[in-house]
Amino acid sequence: MRVESYKTLAEAARAMGPDAVFMAGGTLVMRDVNAGESASRIIRSADPALTEIRATGDGFSIGAGVTMARIVAHRDLPFLAPVARAVGGPQVRNMATVGGNLFAHHPYGDFAVALLALGARVVLAGQGGAKPLDDLLRERGRSGGPSLIVASIEVPRPRDPRAFGFVKVSRIKPKGVSVMSIAVNLPRDSGRIRGARVAFGAMGPAPLRVSAVERVLEGQSLDAATIARAAQLAGDGLDPPTDALASAWYRREVAGTHLRRLLEKMERG
Amino acid sequence: MAKIPVTFTLNGSERAAFAEEGLNLLEFLRRAVGDLSPKYGCGQGTCGACTVIIDGETHLSCLTMADAVQGRKVETASGLANGKVHPLQEAFMEHFAAQCGYCTPGMLMSAKVLLDRNPSPTRAEVIEAISGNLCRCTGYAPIIDAILATANTRRLA
Ligand SMILES: Cc1cc2nc3c(=O)[nH]c(=O)nc-3n(C[C@H](O)[C@H](O)[C@H](O)COP(=O)(O)OP(=O)(O)OC[C@H]3O[C@@H](n4cnc5c(N)ncnc54)[C@H](O)[C@@H]3O)c2cc1C
Ligand code: FES
Ligand code: FES
Repeated sequence: MRVESYKTLAEAARAMGPDAVFMAGGTLVMRDVNAGESASRIIRSADPALTEIRATGDGFSIGAGVTMARIVAHRDLPFLAPVARAVGGPQVRNMATVGGNLFAHHPYGDFAVALLALGARVVLAGQGGAKPLDDLLRERGRSGGPSLIVASIEVPRPRDPRAFGFVKVSRIKPKGVSVMSIAVNLPRDSGRIRGARVAFGAMGPAPLRVSAVERVLEGQSLDAATIARAAQLAGDGLDPPTDALASAWYRREVAGTHLRRLLEKMERG
Repeated sequence: MAKIPVTFTLNGSERAAFAEEGLNLLEFLRRAVGDLSPKYGCGQGTCGACTVIIDGETHLSCLTMADAVQGRKVETASGLANGKVHPLQEAFMEHFAAQCGYCTPGMLMSAKVLLDRNPSPTRAEVIEAISGNLCRCTGYAPIIDAILATANTRRLA
């Protein structure tokens, strides 16, 4: 195994390949290194762009190397702080990065679930433009390991902070991995939901949106009947993994209940 | 494998040692530097026995590459006692917060950072602060009591 360090992200991106893995906080990559199971080349970069948080026109650009602890501490990101706080324990949050969370395997990736619901876009190192996180996660689900590097994530600011809700369901308090996590973004236009985004984590190979639920919410207000219809469709068509925490059947069975509770809590404000 | 020279500050003293490529900080501290206070429990980030402080923040040394501490300040439990045992160590003894003691060095590191930042934590804040450290012996209550007692004694002093 070789460890290669590059000054800039562009150089690091050029060094990537099928035999290489990018290492950020290392909370997952180092497990493989310790077990002697890592890729044969490990790519790192100390590019300062990786750890930048910048306000943009309609939101924020968050460097892929920003840690969960920094998100929690950042005064302009109160809507993301509870999500970052739900990742691991204090030591993990000091190390775990936003970029690494986009590639974390089941049952991890709680932060990515929130970013997906918020409509985040990812900027790839050495490539211009941003693409929807939806695409990155879908491609990841299909192909396994990526040989690309995410430079930053563009997160639109929710117009109304109350439109965004997140819950992580776990069995151990205060710290435990996800049975599932749910993030919803329900912007309203004269009381009606417009552009609903509902994302689940630990309910498939990667964080995913549930379009059946989004369709039921679209154009409605969050009344009891709408919430009930959304809850009923929550597990629809999902194929969650069975693991030591929960079976696929259990995850599908309780998805609606947790979605309903989250929506009710958001409606109460 | 290439050997990488790593120079850093350990508990206030300059140290230098060689790390093999890909070696984690825990093994580096224990084998190359000779500080046996951080413990190996899992090598996967789950137990927290290997917790050290890097530039004022707790990190899992088993998931950190050794050369990542180049030029940085590392604190471990072996640096706590300074002539006499640290107040946290004193409180851990008084409250029977160590049974087998394997989790203790990591617990002490998490507790130290908590009290450095927040001299009067609530019980809930203490629980949150040690939530990344597993203890299979004490049931946590004596550890939480010891940390709260340290905060109280400091406030009175
Ligand atoms: C004890 C423990 C508890 C945890 N609890 C949680 C939890 O509650 N919730 C949760 O979501 N996760 C959890 N995790 C998993 C992990 O810590 C997080 O998902 C974290 O955000 C991963 O980030 P990292 O920087 O450490 O990733 P790394 O280990 O550095 O990388 C992880 C993966 O992402 C890829 N990658 C990293 N950065 C980039 C980039 N910029 N571009 C392209 N690919 C990249 C790597 O190649 C690798 O495949 C836990 C881990 C541990 C050890
Ligand atoms: S040995 Fe590092 S967390 Fe267990
Ligand atoms: S005292 Fe034995 S693990 Fe904590």
